Amino acid sequence: MELMTRKEVWNITYNHALGKTASEFFTQIKESARILGRRCPSDGRVLVPPRAFSDESLEATDEWVEVGPGGRIEAFTITYEPFQNLPEPPYAFGYVLLDGASTAIGGYFKGIDLSDPARAAEKLVVGTRVKTCFAEEKDRIGDVLDFWFEVQD
Amino acid sequence: MSDRIGIIGIGQSAFKSRREDSNYPELVREAVALAMQDCGLGFDDIEAVVYSLSPDAMVGIGNAERLGVDAVGAKNKRFLRINTGGSTGISSVAAAYFHVASGACDVVLTAGADKVGECGDSQTVLNKIWDPIYERPLPLGTISMLAMSAVRYMHKYGMSEEDMARVTVKNRRHASKNPNAHLRKECTAEEVLNSRYLCWPIKLYDACPQSSGGCAMILASERYIREHGLDAVWITGVGHCSENYYLGDRMSDTARADHADAFALKNSFARAYKQAGITDPGTQVDVAELYAPFSNTEFHAIEAAGLAELGASPAMLREGQFDLGGRIPVNPSGGVLCTNAIAVTAMVRVAETALQVWGRAGDHQVKGARRGIASGNGGDHQFFGTMVIEA
Repeated sequence: MELMTRKEVWNITYNHALGKTASEFFTQIKESARILGRRCPSDGRVLVPPRAFSDESLEATDEWVEVGPGGRIEAFTITYEPFQNLPEPPYAFGYVLLDGASTAIGGYFKGIDLSDPARAAEKLVVGTRVKTCFAEEKDRIGDVLDFWFEVQD
Repeated sequence: MSDRIGIIGIGQSAFKSRREDSNYPELVREAVALAMQDCGLGFDDIEAVVYSLSPDAMVGIGNAERLGVDAVGAKNKRFLRINTGGSTGISSVAAAYFHVASGACDVVLTAGADKVGECGDSQTVLNKIWDPIYERPLPLGTISMLAMSAVRYMHKYGMSEEDMARVTVKNRRHASKNPNAHLRKECTAEEVLNSRYLCWPIKLYDACPQSSGGCAMILASERYIREHGLDAVWITGVGHCSENYYLGDRMSDTARADHADAFALKNSFARAYKQAGITDPGTQVDVAELYAPFSNTEFHAIEAAGLAELGASPAMLREGQFDLGGRIPVNPSGGVLCTNAIAVTAMVRVAETALQVWGRAGDHQVKGARRGIASGNGGDHQFFGTMVIEA
């Protein structure tokens, strides 16, 4: 007897509502190439990306604040392994604390030679200053991939 | 809650990459049969079943606990499913514990299985745990998430890739003594360092395998155990704690918790220790089975468990303090790094700790272990479960 297997594929489409706060955030990215956070009235923290309520005070945020475009790397990784349904490696991405923000936002790091892992990792070390770069207006769709980070010279 | 709650039966598979000889419910039944045999009870004695099953997409069956209902004998019984990601297994044991602790039941079974090897790419499934609005467009997975934890830990405490490699070497050596472990071949630090990068600094040998297998445990009230003359070890502390949601909220000078550490895991341990009366884990714990699917994460688990100060564990590991035969052996089974059947991985941590304090761990037994701890991490820091088990 040969032990048998059966192949199955899941392919499901969702259409997620973003809500008012995220919709405004993406509208500003798309139309004005600006990154906005939301300030918490009780502790003054600026949440980036913006949330309608604070994870710390649990209160509603009440003010839009522009942050960046400069910032500092808080975490990174460089992916060298291919994974299904994820981009072709290598690629570098991670989290940046934009100037004026209290929390870090994720994005790709571009403009770095990733062929030598150790040398690439040195260029992205925690604390490195970066600037936010935006896609051309015609290419922006209102998504976190409309912007990325490059190391400041 | 004056009565204690005991573990009276344990069953686990010999974990492997694939189990073509067993379909999903057959694999669950294998572990259940071993646990029933271990305690000597029959299915009629079981009053409730807690089913241990992490994301459906990993086994590719929606609410697969339905498919497993006959394998665990739950027909006409209390039956529920727990899913807290990687910590599912310890959360399931906790749910079984609370069924007994509440007085609702005297004997409860918890069981499950996983066939991660049947999933074409577990990172595709795990990428879906991220928010589709702000995070999903990025290629996040559990490997990249914990690679970023490693980067921050390196930055804060100076961990090196060699320190990470030593964790793998230790755990593979332990796994070589555990017949149920998946990766049982010993390796050298050079082999770890020369293995290919997945997500820098995590390399192939810093990462857990995708395992198939099941685990089951039977818990009972102290009164029932005494009345039926059963042998048991005791769950004396149970903790849980959650962290906030967004990864980036744990990265700044002002963040309450840092993604380098496992802040909420520390709080979870504090709750379990308080219940168990442990005030100095460094001297009161004999053995630890800590959830760590990547080599670097064992360090923040050791520190969250209070077995080392923040940032101090790499040096202590280098000295052999966490080896079998060392001061406090950590993951004598080989741990998650050598076996990861996600739905039951954190249950295996509890089961292995129980076997240790029972004196039944075989070749990887920690001599004279009387009190042990277990942990499980789920999600991106949202589900930290912990337990103290005593002889």
